[in-house]
Amino acid sequence: MSSPDVQGPDAAHSGVIHDIGYRGYTGPRLERRAIAVGLYTHTLRGVFGLGRSAKSKVVPFGMAAVMLLPAIVIAAVSVVGSGQGLTEPVLAYTRFAMTTQASLAIFLAVAAPNAVSLDLRFHTLPLYLSRPLERPDYVRAKLAAVATAVFLLLAVPLLVMYLGAVAAQFDAGEQTVQFLQGLVGAALFSAVLASIALVIASLTGRRGFGIAGIITVLTLTYAVVSAAQGFVAFDAENQALAGWLGLLSPMTLVDGVQVWAFGAEPSSPAGPPPGAAGAVFLAAVVLLVTACYALLVRRYRKVKV
Amino acid sequence: MNRTIVRLAARAILGGKRVWLLAALSLVLVAIGVGTAALGSGSSAASLEALQAIAFSTFLPLFGLIVGTGVIGPEIDDGSIVHLLAKPVSRHTIVQSKLAVAVAAILGFAVLPTMVAAVIMGADAATVLAFGVGALAAGAVYCVLFLLLSVVTRHAVIIGLVYALVWESLVGSVIPGARNVSVQQWALSVTASIAPDGVVTANVGVALAWFLIVAVVAVGTWYAGSRLRVLVLASDD
Repeated sequence: MSSPDVQGPDAAHSGVIHDIGYRGYTGPRLERRAIAVGLYTHTLRGVFGLGRSAKSKVVPFGMAAVMLLPAIVIAAVSVVGSGQGLTEPVLAYTRFAMTTQASLAIFLAVAAPNAVSLDLRFHTLPLYLSRPLERPDYVRAKLAAVATAVFLLLAVPLLVMYLGAVAAQFDAGEQTVQFLQGLVGAALFSAVLASIALVIASLTGRRGFGIAGIITVLTLTYAVVSAAQGFVAFDAENQALAGWLGLLSPMTLVDGVQVWAFGAEPSSPAGPPPGAAGAVFLAAVVLLVTACYALLVRRYRKVKV
Repeated sequence: MNRTIVRLAARAILGGKRVWLLAALSLVLVAIGVGTAALGSGSSAASLEALQAIAFSTFLPLFGLIVGTGVIGPEIDDGSIVHLLAKPVSRHTIVQSKLAVAVAAILGFAVLPTMVAAVIMGADAATVLAFGVGALAAGAVYCVLFLLLSVVTRHAVIIGLVYALVWESLVGSVIPGARNVSVQQWALSVTASIAPDGVVTANVGVALAWFLIVAVVAVGTWYAGSRLRVLVLASDD
């Protein structure tokens, strides 16, 4: 009944435990890159709960709604207010991420452990690695997926604000430039926040610990830094030191880059010191993302197959 | 109280490297005290305001969330709570023992560092005591609330976060009436009643605050025990 002459496993393949005569697949197989892209789309869908139960859609879409709502209000205010002499949106594009950072933090705290913790907990990494997928590919796919998700979460409300500004017939050139600046800022925010969140999430297979860790790092550093900045800037009257303190929390760090590069208004009590000091903030962002990537690669080199 | 459960719960939240993470967190508070004292030129009131902002609005809710869900959440999550539930121990005793550990952790890693920071900032004895009592009250309420949440739902951490980050900070600042149902405001009211005038401003009457704190702790503890009696262990995703 078995017909070994039709592509069947030959006798030299001693790895076959039980041959019931099915014909194996011998056609072309997708390459490493395609698998990485597949993992990326799967993770991105998973972060938003697409293809999963309704319960796992609640937080991502709830947070997306919480972020979209102020943008819609701002767009509406733009359209209505343009008749009464309003010349730009009431909230600058570059300040949107800082204003909505609580929902951003909650979204990340759920998204990052969702992306990596379950693979660690149920030991599914060997299944991925049994394909021509290398460990750094896995890290890159997960990192890119979470960063894309955060970027979407920020970019869509910005787009709504921009459309509102266009509909209100504000200065189109100026608005477009500011909108693009906002998008660059959003890209920086998503890269920094996603790398930090994934490093924390990859340390534990327990989702609860991952969530608590990410929230603690993101919100506590911001609370401490902004309170310390306020104290240093207004009570100790040391504006420069207050600016440098911004390096210590991810949110104020990226905000500092925006202040330096685009001349945006700082969203914390103090922006980076004027001049070349802002370049240090950009260097710190690059360094932080690179370091997080290196940590993740190192972490996944150790995960047992 | 059951000594074995206390020991196991303490190991669950303080065992291994976790105790160092919590210690590092509490060092942040002390570091703020040292930092503001080192800068020196600021007034004591301003530094106490910074301490109040950090400790009461961010630190205590987060710490309460970590230890409150940490003493029971992971056990329910991975199902190993059945071993505990199968023992001839009242479910109320289980909850009370775990809660004692959580409150002790808050006392050691959040309340004491807050008081130490206040001392470094040069506050007088009454203010230090006020911060300690207020922080302990807030910490105990958060522990009870988050422990209850993790018995009731598997998404306790998320709901707790939404409460701590969105409700307490956003809703409380926009709608004045919402302050009456904010743990932070109750604790601040307790702090304000002990501290000298003008250090902390309170939005809730002190009698109402004490009543609500005691009521939430008592009712929450009892209800968590009752919910643990009818706990359904089912995995939903």
